Amino acid sequence: MVNLDTGNEEGDAILVVGGGIAGVTSAIEAAEAGCQVVLVEKSAYLGGHVAAFHRYFPKLCPPPCGLEIDFRRLQNNPRITVYTLAEVESLNGSPGNYEAVIRIMPRYVTAACTLCGECERVCPVEIPDAFNCGITKTKAIHLPHRMAFPAQYMIDDDACSNDCSLCADTCRYLAIDLKQKETKKTLRVASVVFATGWAPYDAAKIDNLGFGTCANVVTNVMLERMAAPDGPTAGRIVRPSDGKAPRAVAFVQCAGSRDRNHLPYCSGVCCTASLKQAGYIHSQYPEAKISMFYIDLRTPGHLEDFASKAIAANGIELIKGKVGKVQEQPVSRDLLVTAEDVLGGRKIAREYDIVVLAVGIVPQSAGLPGCVALDEFGFASTNGGPGVLAAGCVKRPAEVAVSIRDATGAALKAMQSVAGRANHG
Amino acid sequence: MDKRLGVYICGGCSIGESLDVDRLAKVAATGHKVPVCRTHACLCGEEGVAQIRGDLTGGAVNAIVIAACSPRAKMECFNFGSTQIVERVNLREHVAWSHPPKDEDSQALAEDYLRMGMAKAEKMEPPEPLSETISRAILVVGGGVTGINAALEGAKAGHDVLLVEKEPQLGGFLGGLKKVFPTHPPYTEAEDNQLAEKISAVSAHPRIKVFCSTQVTRTEGQPGMFDVTLRNGNDAETHRVGAIVMATGWKPYDRARLTLPGCDLPDVVTNVEFERMAAAGSVARPSDGQPVKSALFVQCAGSRDPKHLSYCSSVCCMSTLKEAEWLRAQNPEVEIFIIYRDMVTPGTYESYYQSLQNHALNFLMKGSVTSLERDANGKVVVSVDGSLIGSPIRVAVDMVVLATGMVPNSADNDAIRTLRDARRTVERNESETQRAEAEKIVTLLQDRDGTEILNLSYRQGPDLPVLQNGFPNSHFVCFPYETQRTGIYAAGAVRSPMDSAMAAEDACGAMLKAIQSVQLATNGQAVHPRAGDLSYPNFALQRCTMCKRCTVECPFGALDEDEKGTPKFNPYRCRRCGICMGACPERIISFKNYSVDMIASMVKAIEVPDEFEDKPRILIFACENDAYPALDQAGMMRATYDASVRVIPLRCLGSMNIVWIADALSRGIDGVMLMGCKFGDDYQCHFIRGSELANRRLENVKDTLERLQLESGRIELVQLGIDEGDRVPRIIDDFVARVRELGPNPYKGF
Repeated sequence: MVNLDTGNEEGDAILVVGGGIAGVTSAIEAAEAGCQVVLVEKSAYLGGHVAAFHRYFPKLCPPPCGLEIDFRRLQNNPRITVYTLAEVESLNGSPGNYEAVIRIMPRYVTAACTLCGECERVCPVEIPDAFNCGITKTKAIHLPHRMAFPAQYMIDDDACSNDCSLCADTCRYLAIDLKQKETKKTLRVASVVFATGWAPYDAAKIDNLGFGTCANVVTNVMLERMAAPDGPTAGRIVRPSDGKAPRAVAFVQCAGSRDRNHLPYCSGVCCTASLKQAGYIHSQYPEAKISMFYIDLRTPGHLEDFASKAIAANGIELIKGKVGKVQEQPVSRDLLVTAEDVLGGRKIAREYDIVVLAVGIVPQSAGLPGCVALDEFGFASTNGGPGVLAAGCVKRPAEVAVSIRDATGAALKAMQSVAGRANHG
Repeated sequence: MDKRLGVYICGGCSIGESLDVDRLAKVAATGHKVPVCRTHACLCGEEGVAQIRGDLTGGAVNAIVIAACSPRAKMECFNFGSTQIVERVNLREHVAWSHPPKDEDSQALAEDYLRMGMAKAEKMEPPEPLSETISRAILVVGGGVTGINAALEGAKAGHDVLLVEKEPQLGGFLGGLKKVFPTHPPYTEAEDNQLAEKISAVSAHPRIKVFCSTQVTRTEGQPGMFDVTLRNGNDAETHRVGAIVMATGWKPYDRARLTLPGCDLPDVVTNVEFERMAAAGSVARPSDGQPVKSALFVQCAGSRDPKHLSYCSSVCCMSTLKEAEWLRAQNPEVEIFIIYRDMVTPGTYESYYQSLQNHALNFLMKGSVTSLERDANGKVVVSVDGSLIGSPIRVAVDMVVLATGMVPNSADNDAIRTLRDARRTVERNESETQRAEAEKIVTLLQDRDGTEILNLSYRQGPDLPVLQNGFPNSHFVCFPYETQRTGIYAAGAVRSPMDSAMAAEDACGAMLKAIQSVQLATNGQAVHPRAGDLSYPNFALQRCTMCKRCTVECPFGALDEDEKGTPKFNPYRCRRCGICMGACPERIISFKNYSVDMIASMVKAIEVPDEFEDKPRILIFACENDAYPALDQAGMMRATYDASVRVIPLRCLGSMNIVWIADALSRGIDGVMLMGCKFGDDYQCHFIRGSELANRRLENVKDTLERLQLESGRIELVQLGIDEGDRVPRIIDDFVARVRELGPNPYKGF
């Protein structure tokens, strides 16, 4: 990485907004192709959602494996500047010549942090651990997660009490600066890639599926953390209500998707994700019954090979039909799932220990500039002219590999503005 | 290079509390007699780093050993330039954080690590970057939607592009279509095909040179300097390019191979045949030219079927909907039946599906078509099983459309290489049995003749290695553009079934990678995953025995051979993993900063207690990309494990040379563990098959061990994921326990 204060003064840099897998990819690919890049991420770490995934489909490989390589490429590359806890406040100009104002929130912990962990031990404030969906606790000063990059602690501004300085007093490396203030930076860049990603659909909005009211109804995003060895249950998938091993698990596909009242579109990844997660359950509980309620099984391309293997290997019962409702039994807190069984031509009701809602992808396009057209769902349906590009899930719901492809392509388009500016073209 | 070693020992992050840093310093200063040895309470702080920098600029030292945290931590602090010799010794994660403080065994571990680090640094040399003249031009093979977009976008980024198409004109499959899938809101109607405009743009662009009716008959050289021969009829010319985008597209699945009864009836067409009829103006019944009043679409015709194409071509459901829309535009009264297994219309294509699904004359049913027959009225009667209605049904329609899938237009590299090798064996005619075997192979594979596409002059074959289903092997989730041939990137439907909008985007990604490989080659740097690395292997050929192991095992085809079998190394094809170094029995392959000798010196630097001390020594070779970070994680969790292990990180487990194991055992080390990535179909090795090759070499070593009367249980390979740090203590402690049970290595003290 370049020094934050000296990089990109010539204005021929590319600004990448969003440090998830798409943004990280755009930034690194452009930098390795010879461009100056500024990467801006609003959270305290890079990697976005994939940093919280347990496994990728279809190879069932751990996401940190690829992130490790990416972060090494990033650290070895002198052309990339990274700002975390930062957002783009304004963007003005034209292709080849934009001015972006970046607002950087205080982290209160500097790059001198060694991850020794003493500060966390003395911090008196416990808060829910957002990385683990709030299921477990962390401290007001914490490392966002075990493999977080930048490898640097941070203080949660809202949780930290102002009159305490235990952490700063304890740190031997003088890495804690409680006086840090929000700062702004003005960058001149040739082009901008918006890779602002996605958020899971809010399952609480789906009244009939019981999320938020039934303890044992979880989302696919939560299950991903539960399966991870550094997750809230150290990798063991259990019923949230009593910590017991599940005997029967139902996956409810299209939870809020392909539904005019929620998300009319198909997120394209949830079918394969559920098949993958059924594998987590089967490997921990080979006897557990696994059902999957679906409308169409959408596992395009090579994912079909994965799907047919996963269905057989994990003994998944496929039931074509929409789930009407999920109800909690009063004492046992078991879940009664009522659904139509289209192929059987009947209505069925079954009991499960855990119900997993396969919620879809909602684009995070609120902060995109006006030149990027959004469709009725909020996806960036066109680029904002040659210098302002969208990449990844803000553009369309997609699996990781497709987002990476898209982000790599966006790097090329972003470079074209640089090439034009430098009169290469 | 005359070495002046500087050793810098950090006492921070509980290293100072856990270990006797002064004793460590003595190991360096007195034991190893290094000219400079300093300790600091916080080496990564400004003062500590300034001290190192001062020693370097003042010339007191020219190679440094930093004994502090993991090499994965504080990379930027301790970066003194890409040619500066720096060896990191991991006293934090691998000692202080994972072993008891103020303990004799922990101290011994730290001292060994320091000795090992110094031993390696003594032998390291700064890399001398490659510096040949690199061509910035890009060759694009295939002039369909992918190739056209790749050429255009690459040219816009300032690169010269050569676009080669085997047909007389550009356009490929998409060129023959009127309409494409909707990609603009509200996504409910097929859109006009705008490829023609792109073709004009390509033809007009000053940086793009188009070669139609042309094929690539030879690709020689390496990234940055490929010499490609382009043949048009009898004319051939050679051009130099820096990188290649392979965009050779797809072909429809051969309908003759379908087994559905009646699928060869005259009024049964494939989706591709339908598109051709539509493009020609109107769709009529093939048998008699009568208008189509009813049509039935059979989805997954030969797809999602292990007997045909096991995968889903992902576009056929959308094609069918588009063709249905087309028929309806031609005749609003037409009755349309679509028999599907699952309608695959992901993303906003769902809107298109919904808009057509709601039409009163469109009947969509989940089911499977069991047969097609012609009735007396000339209609096709379709039998459908397992439909939602319950019992099997029969529908009579004017026309049936089979939604057949996409097959990649690729060449089966390994089959072609096998065929060529077999021919050579036949020609040499050295033994009767060999000749007979080879002749069988020739008969089996001779239909591959002429299927070559890139015609690479590589010893490992003329094209990109492909997966079982013919798609080039580039299916890392994280790094989807990686292929097994550096500087050559597949894009579009040859890489994965995809529609034209996706192919256009994919073209951009592959072109970026091609441009990037040229850029990195210009700097003498490696491409992914060791991007920026300046080191590369050198071959001491005078000692080569021409065993060809390096040529065969390199996953990237970096090595060719001359007639005698002497390897010819192409450094720009190299990914710097060191698999060749691990393969070489003569130990003639070395990097300036990574060699058999360096690692062997590290092994020799381990102090092995004698058999009466009951202190076994276990050596671990760990892949630096995944296993080593997992070991670091164990430290971060403060998980403790047996202090008798000594870990040496390797670029890839495939660079493990078995001589190190022999060295270790002959020095009295009691056990050796290899920690590498998962291998097999879902391999996780960043260098394709490093850990798999290490495993194979290990099998050979085990035989040798038995002959030496050493238990094969002293050597083990574990596949460890990067996120499995919590498994580390158990894996190590269990192995140490097993080795203890075997007793001390009998060669101890020899």
